[in-house]
Amino acid sequence: MTFPGSLDDQDAARAVRYAGAEPVPLWHADRDLRGVDAVILPGGFSYGDYLRCGAIARFSPVMGSLVPAARAGLPVLGICNGFQILCEAHLLPGALTRNAALRFIHRDVRLDVVNAGTAWTSGYAAGQSLTVPLKSGEGAYAADPETLDELERAGRVVVRYAQAAPNGSARDIAGICSAEGNIVGLMPHPEHAIDPLTGPSADGLGFFTSIVGAFAGAGAAR
Amino acid sequence: MSDSGAERAPKGALGARNTDTVEVAAATPEAEQPFKELGLTDDEYAKVRQILGRRPTAAELALYSVMWSEHCSYKSSKVHLRNLAPRGAQAGRLLAGIGANAGVVDIGQGYAVTFKIESHNHPSFVEPHQGAATGVGGIVRDILAMGARPVAVMDALRFGPADAHDTARVLPGVVSGISFYGNCLGLPNIGGELSFDPCYAGNPLVNALCVGVMRHADLKAAVASGPGNQVVLFGSRTGPDGVGGASVLASATFAGDAGDGRAAAKRPSVQVGDPFMEKLLIECCLELFAGDLVEGIQDLGAAGVACATTELAAGGGPQVGMRVDLDLVPLRDPSLTPAEILMSESQERMMAIVTPGKAGEFAAVCAKWDVEATVIGEVTGDGLLTMTWRGGTVVSIPPQTAADGPVYSRPLARPSAQDELAADGPAMPRPDGGAALRQALLALLGSPDLADKAWVTQQYDAIVRGNTVLAMPEDGGLLRVDEDTHLGIALATDGNGRYCRLDPYLGTQLALAEAYRNVAMTGARPMAVTNCLNFGSPEDPGVMWQLAEAVRGLAAGCATLGIPVTGGNVSLYNQTGQVAIHPTPVIGVLGVHDDVRRRVCAGFGADGATIIVLGETRDELGGSAWAHVAHGHLGGTPPAVDLAAEQRLGELIVAAAAAGLLASAHDLSDGGLAIAVAESCLRGGNGCSIALDGVSPQAFTALFSESAGRAVVTVRPEQAAEFVALAHSHDVPAAAIGTVTGDSLQVHGQFDIPLDELAAVWQGTLPALFG
Repeated sequence: MTFPGSLDDQDAARAVRYAGAEPVPLWHADRDLRGVDAVILPGGFSYGDYLRCGAIARFSPVMGSLVPAARAGLPVLGICNGFQILCEAHLLPGALTRNAALRFIHRDVRLDVVNAGTAWTSGYAAGQSLTVPLKSGEGAYAADPETLDELERAGRVVVRYAQAAPNGSARDIAGICSAEGNIVGLMPHPEHAIDPLTGPSADGLGFFTSIVGAFAGAGAAR
Repeated sequence: MSDSGAERAPKGALGARNTDTVEVAAATPEAEQPFKELGLTDDEYAKVRQILGRRPTAAELALYSVMWSEHCSYKSSKVHLRNLAPRGAQAGRLLAGIGANAGVVDIGQGYAVTFKIESHNHPSFVEPHQGAATGVGGIVRDILAMGARPVAVMDALRFGPADAHDTARVLPGVVSGISFYGNCLGLPNIGGELSFDPCYAGNPLVNALCVGVMRHADLKAAVASGPGNQVVLFGSRTGPDGVGGASVLASATFAGDAGDGRAAAKRPSVQVGDPFMEKLLIECCLELFAGDLVEGIQDLGAAGVACATTELAAGGGPQVGMRVDLDLVPLRDPSLTPAEILMSESQERMMAIVTPGKAGEFAAVCAKWDVEATVIGEVTGDGLLTMTWRGGTVVSIPPQTAADGPVYSRPLARPSAQDELAADGPAMPRPDGGAALRQALLALLGSPDLADKAWVTQQYDAIVRGNTVLAMPEDGGLLRVDEDTHLGIALATDGNGRYCRLDPYLGTQLALAEAYRNVAMTGARPMAVTNCLNFGSPEDPGVMWQLAEAVRGLAAGCATLGIPVTGGNVSLYNQTGQVAIHPTPVIGVLGVHDDVRRRVCAGFGADGATIIVLGETRDELGGSAWAHVAHGHLGGTPPAVDLAAEQRLGELIVAAAAAGLLASAHDLSDGGLAIAVAESCLRGGNGCSIALDGVSPQAFTALFSESAGRAVVTVRPEQAAEFVALAHSHDVPAAAIGTVTGDSLQVHGQFDIPLDELAAVWQGTLPALFG
């Protein structure tokens, strides 16, 4: 999905290709989801981060189609700005706020996979450690204590920063999912860890092979 | 030009109620005009009157003043820059050279690369965040105007002392500005420089580089052609920001010091950036190019509409003219006068020449990207640039006369103090014995110039677009250009104001040599050069001598290396009062990597590998980091330059990388072998055990001399013999000095420093200074 100001859209497309599937470009102004099996909302600064990160993208025409589809089970992965958009669209609870140090942070972080049962993490094992880049200025996850308790209780924390969250995220949360597990949002960039040539590892590829595998499996079952 | 005049100019000169048309100007030859406040000399003003055969209108005066400003016309440097024109084989791979918005180099496989570095020094001092941000924005549009997709940026930064009060204002602002603009634009920042010196306290240097990639057929020119074609202004609306920025800020000396209020009074001359609009403009332009919808294109930077219209019209040849209706320019502030519209440096604007038949498609692409596009005029065949406003003709000039500008051979003289400086070689006591050498190494490693730059680089996105193979802190940035063939490009920028202060000719060649070496360290073949020449006032004969020497050194160096200068930028008046900065040419080198999978990193990553020092180590400490850090001393002569040896070293590294012989490679420069080895240990996470006698009989010289043309590499033991044979065949001295091992930096018979201690010293400095 490309919004005006999306930046990591071609990186997400490359990751889908690496995982063996065909990326289909979607455009913010076009309500048509073109029959895709899953949607990735990429990183970037949609609408220049004006108002609030993701606050304007959430009202894009395409979101009018995406929100009901996601509620009906369409797998959606939101990375960085995509995570912010999913929160603004209320597909995921909570919000992303300014980093604790008030500066943009780009560095490689270690993540622990907490929930390996979602559509996007089924290729991992719970407890697996991933090295993936983080790059964001407003990446501190925040929610009220009840929501955080509920996310933890229901196993909806998908990935957690292995060391103290560099951005001040509540309970070191790096990514969460919807109650049904089809919608996942995270601040770090797995699409930038698909090849050791251009990233710190290939650990992030699992997000993309997980979803491709899910459909390959479903196809075989049919 | 006085400061107070510059501040007064916009109101007094440009706010006239009645339109100053060509007819009015012809009828009132004696009307007083504020040409001095706008930066023109008596002679220049007389020249304008002679060209026009009458006095200029207010709008024409504004146009000539910005076009003939130092920043836009290069009037003081042009006579020297001619020496940089590539000769013979040097020009072989150039598709566009000096004079275009940016030079274009053929890198093979049908790809071309365009790159350029440009200064935004003065705005970044006045308003660090926006000044630096719009510096990035401006250079990106230069690259875009060549028809290329911008793919990465770099920045070379120099500030006053790291612990100075004002540096705490300027540095974080500049870094946040680059971070804000570059990150939001989706361009990876893959490298650059950061250094500190008191000479930059009132005049920081912010040099931004952008590189773009295109197919050969996509090359665009800034040329208006075809009478009847439309002149389209697109992007942001025009506002009062940055009116006269180039002439006011970049073309005169700051008379005031930091903090006395004078800098603040110039704030309206600094532009304000909107990277979101620039991102839309990039995608919009690339789609316009792909649809072959533009005949010519020019970015709007310094001198805004004045410069874009003048250069497009002049580029078309003597018969080509342009008629522009300034009433059609979309404004953010409807009260702008014609002169202000011409001088405004509002960001994120482009100008295109479009045939009437493609106007509809052009408008549709702009609409898709929510980019406002307005036809403001048309190309004519009368050889005149004509502009109307509210029914009157306010500009009617031969465009070439404004585009060319004056050329000055300003007086130059070698300052008498140069000899004293050269004679004042570093004769200070040298550390002797293991404990003292250990202490000297740690002091250098923790000095702001050599300390870990992560505090800065962690604020930059270095990986967006997914093609970054190497980025800082590696010696050079390396980008993949083609995912199937693995073709790539490498880039590095270098400069050393201290060396250039001692000897601008050698200092510039040393900067060239270092950037060349850094590119080669990645395994890429150096291929082309860009430069940003930061100097003091051209009205000072000593400064002009420095500039002339630097250009002469660069020209001779590039000729020896056989690579062309493809373009560049000159920034003068970098001084506070009578005191100029060190002459600081920043040299950027572009290289081509045949297979980025064979890239070489600087870190000691292979435990057990043999450590080899390449090149010859002499006792050379003039202008060195040791003299600067340990003694605050600057004197003597800089290290000798042997560009043929640099070339042999580069060829050796490229050959060894292609053959898979290198486990790591890191160039030796500031701080010598000591700093290079410490950095390689820290980056690779491995210690080492080395002996110095193969480098120099004096341990101090072996550790801290800054002889050029050297590198430290590691090679797996089973490949060491093959590598050394290769080094000999390239006539490069190679001395095995030790092994990658353990978790400390161990120098036989001298000292042992645990990696944890090295890391704490290296990483602690910038966070302690800047939070």
